[in-house]
Amino acid sequence: MARHEHKAKQTRGKTVLTAVFALISAVWILPIVIVLFNSFKGNSYVNSEVFALPNAASFVGFDNYVNGMTFGNYPFYLSAGYSVYITVISTGLILLCTSMAAWYISRVDDLFSRIVYYLCIFSMVVPFQMVMFTLANTARVMHLDTPWTIPVVYLGFGAGLAVFMFAGFVKSIPLAIEEAAYIDGCGPLTTFFQVVFPMMKPTLISVGVLEIMWVWNDYLLPYLVLDQTKYKTIPIHIQYLQGSYGRVDLGATMALIILSLIPIFIFYLTCQKHIIRGVAAGAVKG
Amino acid sequence: MARRRDHSNITSNLIRRPIQRAFAVFLLPTFLCFCVGFLWPFLQGMYLSLHSFTTTSNASWVGFVNYGKAFQDAGFRHAFLYTGQVAVVSVVLINLLAFAVAYGLTRGIRGNSLFRGVFFIPNLIGGIVLGYIWKTIIDSVLPVSMSIQAQYGFWGLIVVLCWQQVGYMMIIYIAGLQALPEDMMEAARIDGANGWQSLIHITLPNVMPSITICTFLSLTNAFKLYDQNLVLTNGAPVRRGIGATEMLALNIAKTFTTANQRGVAQAKAVLFFLLVTAISLIQLRATRSKEVQQ
Repeated sequence: MARHEHKAKQTRGKTVLTAVFALISAVWILPIVIVLFNSFKGNSYVNSEVFALPNAASFVGFDNYVNGMTFGNYPFYLSAGYSVYITVISTGLILLCTSMAAWYISRVDDLFSRIVYYLCIFSMVVPFQMVMFTLANTARVMHLDTPWTIPVVYLGFGAGLAVFMFAGFVKSIPLAIEEAAYIDGCGPLTTFFQVVFPMMKPTLISVGVLEIMWVWNDYLLPYLVLDQTKYKTIPIHIQYLQGSYGRVDLGATMALIILSLIPIFIFYLTCQKHIIRGVAAGAVKG
Repeated sequence: MARRRDHSNITSNLIRRPIQRAFAVFLLPTFLCFCVGFLWPFLQGMYLSLHSFTTTSNASWVGFVNYGKAFQDAGFRHAFLYTGQVAVVSVVLINLLAFAVAYGLTRGIRGNSLFRGVFFIPNLIGGIVLGYIWKTIIDSVLPVSMSIQAQYGFWGLIVVLCWQQVGYMMIIYIAGLQALPEDMMEAARIDGANGWQSLIHITLPNVMPSITICTFLSLTNAFKLYDQNLVLTNGAPVRRGIGATEMLALNIAKTFTTANQRGVAQAKAVLFFLLVTAISLIQLRATRSKEVQQ
């Protein structure tokens, strides 16, 4: 009997806990919901009644989205395009180059490889402020200040974590597989791309997730490296709208924030499991 | 660790030579980019911290003068203390909240994974956008803007940091809690321990590694914080040249914008780098010693 009561008490406790978490979760996403509502309200209503739902007086439909696209001296779709381009190319470049480098480092394991490996680990703890001035300068001198060349900078500054994660994985691959490939007549390139690279898939996904989130959200590096008069990314664009205009169109800003969140949410909904695993794997970064 | 040192295990003479000959394809591209994107700027930064300069080409040797000026800079000292305050408060709050959420979400309740997913969402949003979401909300709730009242700026930043990081730390705590040995909990229950006692005496000691990781992660996050600080207050209010809510990273970035202060800014950046590295080294030692105990 006592046991039965205990069970019942436990079930009731769980129901209460579910209710509590439902409430907290609702509050947790409230900021995003508020921004969404406000993106449909006229500029003057955003500041005065931020918690109010859009009503007949304040509702402006998709005007904010249309205005936001061309608000300021720089069109938003251009910033969004550059953001997508830089994120995709940088991530692709990092995945390809650092996985090859990490394989070389682990399998050759000579003095030079070890030095590069330890330099990579060292680079993980160095804060960006340490190199911000000199990196921006180097990039400008070497003409790396365009969206087409900035992936090189991302590969250079982001190589540390990626090499570290790939090298950790390569150490767990049995050598016999690669030796067998060699005996069957495969050169290093064939061995890597036909045998090793496919096996790296879990780490490729983890590193890919980390790099995508880093590059997409990054502000200071592209702000310093890119030629600001010609090229902007989404974070730079949003900061620029706030900073350089006396009268900020808050409605338009809310719309642009929602637009910049949409790709993130699609990304999250399609591969939530990989994202959480990837982010947890990146926890090694100090 | 032992396996990594054992040479024969990760490389074999059979495949070593052919790979080594392909150096130009495998390692060289990454290494060159690494030099451009990290190594050269880092070394140049170290070198320039001992020089007076406005551009990299007109540097003249001044020794440790820049470091002296950095220490004398009241704004920098204030930024250091303020960063420390933000770090302490945010580390404590983030970890308490994240642990509480993780604890609740490992009780096997309905809608578990949905709740986890929701808590994790803010982590995906970058600092700039995150800052504007909250700035809009906080500034319209408060009687005066965060840029006018420093107290509001402080707590606003704490709210933003908690919202952003609780979901992330929660994931690490959940992993730690799920690895708890079931038989140990069972034994405690049979011995008559109540929920509170088993939390203190069994759960907490066993998730110590997760606590260490999360503490240091939130600590380094607070020290490196830039974007949110820039967006929420940009260091304002400023009194006698000292930004009341200016953190270290923002102070360094602002110092760089004054042309004749660049040497001082670079010296500050080196000090900042040493501080962050020291924290990382302590973290490494702490995690190692925990591993030995287990």
